[in-house]
Amino acid sequence: MKRYSFVQLLRNAIGFGEGWQEAWRSPEPKPSYDVVIVGGGGHGLATAYYLAKLHGIRNVAVLEKGWLGGGNTGRNTTVVRSNYLWDESAAIYEHSLKLWESLSQDLNYNVMFSQRNLVMLAHTEHELNEASRRVHANRLNGIDAEIWSREKTLAFIPILNGSMDIRYPVMGASAQPRAGIARHDAVAWGFARGADALGVDIIQNCEVIGVRRDGTRIVGLDTTRGAIDAKKVAFVAAGHSSVLAALAGFRLPIESHPLQAMVSEPIKPVLDTVVMSGTVHAYVSQSDKGELVMGAGIDAFNSYAQRGSLPILEEIASAMIELFPIVSRLKILRSWGGIVDICPDASPIIGKTPVDGLFINCGWGTGGFKATPGSGWVLADTIANDRPHKLAEPFALERFSSGRLIDEHGAAAVAH
Amino acid sequence: MLLIPCPYCGERAELEFRYGGEAHFRRPDNHLEASDESWANYLFMRKNPKGWHRERWMHIAGCKRWFYVVRHTVTHRIAAAYKVGDPWPDLPA
Repeated sequence: MKRYSFVQLLRNAIGFGEGWQEAWRSPEPKPSYDVVIVGGGGHGLATAYYLAKLHGIRNVAVLEKGWLGGGNTGRNTTVVRSNYLWDESAAIYEHSLKLWESLSQDLNYNVMFSQRNLVMLAHTEHELNEASRRVHANRLNGIDAEIWSREKTLAFIPILNGSMDIRYPVMGASAQPRAGIARHDAVAWGFARGADALGVDIIQNCEVIGVRRDGTRIVGLDTTRGAIDAKKVAFVAAGHSSVLAALAGFRLPIESHPLQAMVSEPIKPVLDTVVMSGTVHAYVSQSDKGELVMGAGIDAFNSYAQRGSLPILEEIASAMIELFPIVSRLKILRSWGGIVDICPDASPIIGKTPVDGLFINCGWGTGGFKATPGSGWVLADTIANDRPHKLAEPFALERFSSGRLIDEHGAAAVAH
Repeated sequence: MLLIPCPYCGERAELEFRYGGEAHFRRPDNHLEASDESWANYLFMRKNPKGWHRERWMHIAGCKRWFYVVRHTVTHRIAAAYKVGDPWPDLPA
């Protein structure tokens, strides 16, 4: 693999771009691998990358039923932050945020990580109290977090509606200056290119249709491109985790729902930070192209259909107009849905499963994008050493029998 | 927008309803002796099928009664709606 650099850029510009190599190979699947990762989104590719880079396990395949990053990696609103309430969540999300800060250099691929501050609005006295509780918890965990007054918040975001005559006036905010956004496709492509260079086979258009077991142990997978033997397998399939678990013969505490998002037509720069509001429920940032990227809620019902939903989009539109009256005449460019795996306690499931040799990483729900590097890091360590990584331990599947849930519903403020 | 056939009020828009999740799972018998695993199964584990799903809905802005719906989780087609206590209609092929 040729490293990307200024000299490369110059040389290929002179050569009319003819000299660029493909970023990763498209090999035929081999009959057997040491580790097979099912799911070619950011989390799966990051797992393969760190397995090869940090643990020297390079006989690895990543199977993707569609195309790389075509699921939730390409469908989210790209917010990266770590200001979660509970210690367990703060530890894993902050580990991830630290990896984000050097990810472009590490991968030699520009993931366009932009630490532009993230402002969580508070609209009620109660919300202000909750915000200060969370800020203090964050600081005890070494995470940058601040409480802002109403005046500071309004000065920082000039287009924010400062009127006291609206249903939910802005009373203040909590902020995380190191939070921001990243280029979602580049994250999948960067990890894919890095993993491929270390010898990982990335196999697209390859759906898993069966799990082969020898007693309690997994020995391989049946796929639409033939049978593949594997010593260890990891399911990293987000919304389709329950479908894979059913093939392997166990159930998960997960329900799949479409999460809705939309972008406006591009406009000149009006918003240079990320704004979230739990009370009116909206989260928004402006992309480099000028579109306002707006995230909404999930459809209430179980679904595997990656479709937009008008009732949810109407809610986000009304929330946006209340917060930012300037956007009321904007046209919507497009909207979409991604299938998220919602866990009862809004925390992920990482670690072993009832099947020996089979690992799982799922349940990130509406907020998995920010965890991409950290999630891959801890899962790779868990697979390589056959025991949960210290940061992953609290997120084991067993917590649903022991009752030790990590309840981030509401605790982490808004949706993601 | 789903059009949901309430067995009491007829077809109404999705906005009039609350979703209640997977239907027909059973609280453990002998709840004092039931294992942690059987409680976890009852409280948290779900089938979450990609296909036909029996689920609970409540007509919150109408008759305020719970009932069951058979709905496909990919096409969103609704095959049947039935009252609590009614025999379960078969899942479509």
